[in-house]
Amino acid sequence: MTVWRSRVRLWWAIFRVSVEERLVYRGDFAFGTLMRFLPMLTQIFLWWAIFDAMAARPGETSDVNAIRIKGYNLHDMIAYMLLVMLARAFSSMPGLTSGIAGSIQKGEIKKFLIQPVDMLGSLLIQRIAHKLVYYLIAIGPFALVFFLCRSFFDAGFPAPDQLFGLVLALVGSFLLGFAMEACLGLVAFWLLEVTSLAFIFMLLTFFLSGHMFPLDLMPAPLDRLIGMLPFQYLAYFPSAVALGKVTGEDLVWGLVIQYLWVIGCWVLCRWLWVRGLVRYGGYGG
Amino acid sequence: MADDVRTKPQQSANRIVNEPIPDATAGDGITGTGPLVYWRVFRTFVRNSLVRSMGFRANFWLECVSSVCWTIMNLVFFKIVFSYTDSIGRNTGWGENEFFVFLGTTWIITALIQTFVMPNAQEFSELIRTGHLDFALLKPIDTQFLISFPQMVWSNLANLFLGILLVGYAVLRLMADESNPLTLGFTQVGLYLFFILCGLVILYSVMIAMASTSIWLGRNQTLYTFWFYLTNFYRQPMEIYQQGMWGWTLWGFFTFVIPILLVVNVPARILAEPLRPGLDERTWSLAGLTLLVTLLMLGLSRWVFQAALTSYRSASS
Repeated sequence: MTVWRSRVRLWWAIFRVSVEERLVYRGDFAFGTLMRFLPMLTQIFLWWAIFDAMAARPGETSDVNAIRIKGYNLHDMIAYMLLVMLARAFSSMPGLTSGIAGSIQKGEIKKFLIQPVDMLGSLLIQRIAHKLVYYLIAIGPFALVFFLCRSFFDAGFPAPDQLFGLVLALVGSFLLGFAMEACLGLVAFWLLEVTSLAFIFMLLTFFLSGHMFPLDLMPAPLDRLIGMLPFQYLAYFPSAVALGKVTGEDLVWGLVIQYLWVIGCWVLCRWLWVRGLVRYGGYGG
Repeated sequence: MADDVRTKPQQSANRIVNEPIPDATAGDGITGTGPLVYWRVFRTFVRNSLVRSMGFRANFWLECVSSVCWTIMNLVFFKIVFSYTDSIGRNTGWGENEFFVFLGTTWIITALIQTFVMPNAQEFSELIRTGHLDFALLKPIDTQFLISFPQMVWSNLANLFLGILLVGYAVLRLMADESNPLTLGFTQVGLYLFFILCGLVILYSVMIAMASTSIWLGRNQTLYTFWFYLTNFYRQPMEIYQQGMWGWTLWGFFTFVIPILLVVNVPARILAEPLRPGLDERTWSLAGLTLLVTLLMLGLSRWVFQAALTSYRSASS
């Protein structure tokens, strides 16, 4: 019991420090979040032009809203783009990979070797704290944008079971995002310099997670491949759940696979950590 | 989108200080101001930045690969879009091949700006913050020239070649189109290149004016963010904005106030002739506007730069 009590006290201390650290830059934060929606404007106009051109084809209804691409009409497409922003607010981990790689390069992880604190565990708690603070501040801009764009959500507010699925999917996307980026950071034990690798990984995530466009649009051989990768659970899956594109048994299976990926990546993380420490040279101060 | 994308390796702030001014001025001790001196200084900039890039060869190639990756993803996205529709916007003429001319032009312009302009705009901000701009002011050469060109990130040029390839491919496809072939003359290609140059000047002016504001603000960390938002607007055919109050407002703003919509649209229209045969009246009037705007922007940025310099307080010295 006492072991657990001290552990929880330790976690709580890390959590509190991280919260306070983050609250320092709140103004900049809120404004930055609002600015992030700016590119959405172009997206809306671009998709409108695409759907409009499709409606203008001979034999079509010439009603933009009746046109569908793989089940998405114009409104769905815009709603999807907004929801992806929400999902990425959970699953993106700015600075995690570079932070881990940096502390390996500079030898800062030594402190975790002599203190009774687990590095991955404390990073996770810090990240949770940072994210909570982020949501606390970002909820304003997010609520504003979603309210302004409410007419694009044809299906309205998600039903309770859907909402429950969405919450689970978002939490899962957070954990998966953390585990995947932490793995990438730990590769620095072997490569030392992972900046370019992290950049390519980020591009891949952008494309394969469905951040760019709904993965349903992917052509035939590619969609099968992407279905087998974990990236889709970082953005596409939560958004599709919120839009009501994944329901019932599919939803349950989707969540199961998502959490299996979480466990798999977390195990890989641990393994990389243990193997990495064996190789670790302890350069620097 | 990819906002936290490229955090370029921070380059040392006092680069300009260490940059040897070529012997053009050294020989007879005359601080020449003729165009020849500028050319020699520019050549030194090119040589130095190449040496710097090639010093870390593996990193250089990785950087090339990553910027090419980004561009390819862009292409795949539009390939997928064109598997569902045959044009972007109703009756705009931006069919697949026409649009690929547009897209390739976007890559060419973006690559050139990211190679030659962005690193310097960023560095200028940094020079002001650290007070190292003093050393640039002391050099017997135009300050705006000296801060505009010293650094070139050559790996960004990879996309230039991809852009040329895509434009070439799409133009050939358009010329082979049997129902409505594209016919190109030397004048048209010349105009295309000329208006790409105009576009570059417009973007350069916008970025230098933006960077100059760091003299008043102390620091301008948002420069890359600002650039990212700008690219978001200029990389689309302007027709997509031309509907509804919001759309027209955006169109008007980015055509007349910050005229970045002209940057890619005008050269791409001239080469791809979306409304074939021949160039329509709109293209010509846009081209005229671009010419005017280019001169105006260049003058304006020069004015902002010099006005900002008079407020320079030389921090930390």
